[in-house]
Amino acid sequence: MIVNLAVQGAQMMLVLLLAPLLTGLVRKVKARLLRRQGPPLLQPYRDLIRLMRKEVVLAENASWLFRVAPYIIFAATWVAASLVPTFRTGLLFSWTADLIAIIALLGSARFFLALAGLDVGTSFGGIGSSREVMIASLAEPAMLMIVFTLALVAGSTQLSTMVGFLVSSEVGLRVSLGLALIALIMVAIAENARIPVDNPATHLELTMVHEAMVLEYSGRHLALIGLASELKLLLYVSLIACLFAPWGLASPDADAKALAISLFTYLVKLAIGSFLLAVFETSVAKMRVFRVPEFLGAALMLGLLATLLLFVSGSL
Amino acid sequence: MSLATILAVVVGLLAFAVVGVLIGRTQAARVIVYGGSLVACSFAAVVAGSHLLSAAETATLTLPLGLPWLGAHFRLDALSAFFLLVIEFGGAAASLYALGYGRHEETPERVLPFYPAFLAGMTLVPLADDAFTFLFSWEFMSLTSWALVMAHHHARANLQAGYVYLVMASLGTLALLLAFGLLAGPDGGYAFATIRASHPSVMITALVLGLALVGAGSKAGLVPLHAWLPLAHPAAPTQVSALMSGVMTKVAVYGFVRIVFDLLGPPDWWWGLVVLPVAGVTCVMGVLYALMQHDLKRLLAYHTVENIGIIFIGLGLALAFEAYGMAWAAALAFTAALLHVFNHSLFKSLLFFGSGAVLTATGERDMEHLGGLIHPMPLTAFVFLVGSVAISALPPLNGFVSEWLTFQAILQSPQLPSWALKFLVPAVGALLALSAALAAACFVKAFGVTFLGRPRSRAAERAHETDGFSLSAMFLLSGLCLIAGILPGFFIDALGPVSHGMVGASMPPQSSVPYLSIVPLAESRSSYNGLLVFLFMVFSATLAAVAIHRLASDKLRRAPAWDCGYPGLGPATQYTASSFAQPIRRVFGTLLFQAREHVEMPAPGDMRPARLKVELRDPVWDTFYAPVTRAVAVAADRLNVMQSLTIRRYLTLVFAALVALLLVLAIWP
Repeated sequence: MIVNLAVQGAQMMLVLLLAPLLTGLVRKVKARLLRRQGPPLLQPYRDLIRLMRKEVVLAENASWLFRVAPYIIFAATWVAASLVPTFRTGLLFSWTADLIAIIALLGSARFFLALAGLDVGTSFGGIGSSREVMIASLAEPAMLMIVFTLALVAGSTQLSTMVGFLVSSEVGLRVSLGLALIALIMVAIAENARIPVDNPATHLELTMVHEAMVLEYSGRHLALIGLASELKLLLYVSLIACLFAPWGLASPDADAKALAISLFTYLVKLAIGSFLLAVFETSVAKMRVFRVPEFLGAALMLGLLATLLLFVSGSL
Repeated sequence: MSLATILAVVVGLLAFAVVGVLIGRTQAARVIVYGGSLVACSFAAVVAGSHLLSAAETATLTLPLGLPWLGAHFRLDALSAFFLLVIEFGGAAASLYALGYGRHEETPERVLPFYPAFLAGMTLVPLADDAFTFLFSWEFMSLTSWALVMAHHHARANLQAGYVYLVMASLGTLALLLAFGLLAGPDGGYAFATIRASHPSVMITALVLGLALVGAGSKAGLVPLHAWLPLAHPAAPTQVSALMSGVMTKVAVYGFVRIVFDLLGPPDWWWGLVVLPVAGVTCVMGVLYALMQHDLKRLLAYHTVENIGIIFIGLGLALAFEAYGMAWAAALAFTAALLHVFNHSLFKSLLFFGSGAVLTATGERDMEHLGGLIHPMPLTAFVFLVGSVAISALPPLNGFVSEWLTFQAILQSPQLPSWALKFLVPAVGALLALSAALAAACFVKAFGVTFLGRPRSRAAERAHETDGFSLSAMFLLSGLCLIAGILPGFFIDALGPVSHGMVGASMPPQSSVPYLSIVPLAESRSSYNGLLVFLFMVFSATLAAVAIHRLASDKLRRAPAWDCGYPGLGPATQYTASSFAQPIRRVFGTLLFQAREHVEMPAPGDMRPARLKVELRDPVWDTFYAPVTRAVAVAADRLNVMQSLTIRRYLTLVFAALVALLLVLAIWP
């Protein structure tokens, strides 16, 4: 019990501490691929600390919702990220929320983010919120279809049980899982506002979505929202890693040595994930906004196809 | 005992209706009628609730009313008790709200007599135990609600709404009348007990299922029979809109459940095949219609259509599972549907109350003229936000729980042996997922455009917080949304006897699960703990807030909005309801609603403003209603000749008709 509690606590702190590093790593790799020096790896931490120390400049007509939203967004994302197995399965609170609930928690975070974008009453905030909900209206059902696929394969929507099943030898190669992986990567790209759906580095362009919503935020509020989106990136990378590359995950009864090894494996997986993301991002161009629905519609169809295959035959 | 008590409450409500007729214009009448309805409904809610929770015996009562050879049969079982609880609680909340809101009513004499009568009609429907009493109460409910829709009959749109409502209500009742006629058979056994004992043929069951789907579905708002709903619900005074959307649609769901799950006997495998596609389409169409609206009350009414779809998905799955003897899965799907009935009655009433508060504060229902109401109306904004989060199915509030259960039920369906269902259910699941995501978009729009941003009109600038009665009703409902969201186990357990009575099994008891989680099947398969999710979120948010304020900075300065360096632009530059929905309109609406945008850009130097006109067509109206309307018009034109014949010709016609009928009788085998 104590050990479990400690592991759950460690997981909560681990995701919080690693999230900026992951973003830093992606930025560094991207810069190196473009033959730039790039910011130091630890730059995201410095940014966060600096932002937190600064005073908040609040728009005159911002309401209480605008001030509360960053905390809600951060809390929902953090709770969701703490429930995804990183280096050990069987987290103490894994039964609190299954994968559907984790997706819905991210949905709650987005709901408040989109509202915050509308709060000050500027056209940039509106454009961001409006496009964000359009993207979400396709990304979320696609994600749910992926969850359906995994749940039907593993016979559970519980993430720990799912991972436990996927790491076992019963799985084998399955068409449905392949489709789900492709769809999940597409959704992850859209959800984390990465190229080609959105550009995390852009500013002052009509093409931006996520950055437009948070344009009015400053100081600690901006730091929290930034941290939340870094956590979300970590969550998705961990999710893909634990579902589709579950090797090296420690089982609940693992000893300290096994835990250390699995922690190391997890870090390696994160590094590989960020490298692949950076390579992908540098090799494609950003899409027009109204190409995004086609992109995500494809993900939705892949998810639906995978689910259908499993309805037809449990072994596909 | 409890049955007689609730019937006494009905009599009491009718007495308040008489009071409304007699002294409807006075100030005292408002307090008497709404206060009385509040007391009566709360009392009935307590009685129905205790009947449900104590799992009391089914009570029956026959009164010498109605058809002389039949009498009026009443029965109170777990299903009736649950729906009565929903109805009476909704009625109590609406009455509490109306104590304050009714003050702004310009023609109270048109509302006060019908309001308690409407409540009485809705109370009688779940109690009825024979076809005559059922149809009488159903019609009574329809007509009183029609009278309430027509309360503000000076507005042209309301007249049209009332007309469409009347036509559709007649159609629905006709379908139910035929359904009961078929069920009763040639012997005319109209008592439900007789119908239950009979075994109708496959042909009859198919017809009755279709008729029940039309009859109850038109009242509930299943696409394509929903056309009257978004017209009529917003036209009524707000407390009635809330009742119609939050409660009356549930009475319709009750009608469907009673006929299909109870009276029609054990289901066939294809019943689910009929219900599920209708339900899935209803879900997505309802929310897409809602997204295209900029009238706040109409948006909410369309959104009811979506939620009815979710409820019917649960019911359709329950039918399919029951047909294949998967009682545990049927119980899961059925409980999910009923829990959504309860949840939707909470948050839809809440949201309508909020829209009524906005209406009294600003005189506006059009979101394009609202905005920034969170500043003058912080409390209303807060409860509307709670309702929005709940209806968008976001944790930790209650809407999520019932949708989560529905998803869990869908995940059990690969075990269904039927191939048609194997292909249909994943598609319905995708539609449900799509509608859940679109619902969140819809309520970001509804809340964001109405309450956030800057006021778009003088009326919105001068808004003020609403009265105490309205606020207490809204806070009561939002509190329940939270409680039902974080402690769903108790609510699921209360539904146990209902599910047991209808599908022959109930979900495993939830309140004994450790830490108040809900575990529909087994913990290794799925579990959700709303309480812990809520506590974790509160804990993390507080931790972050305290840590940052203590350790880093808590300074704050107000300044003009940044807006990318273009400050000082007027409120007209904000996103409006239409522009907010534009991307979704473009993605989904181009095909479905044939959405077209016409830009009228004056030449340079021309001082006229540029205009953007959006044109939407309603596919359901175009395909289903317009042809019928045209056919009726053509037929009326043709038959017009018959209006002015000579007496000799009329006599010939009568004679010919008589001969024709006699011939038919003679030839009939």
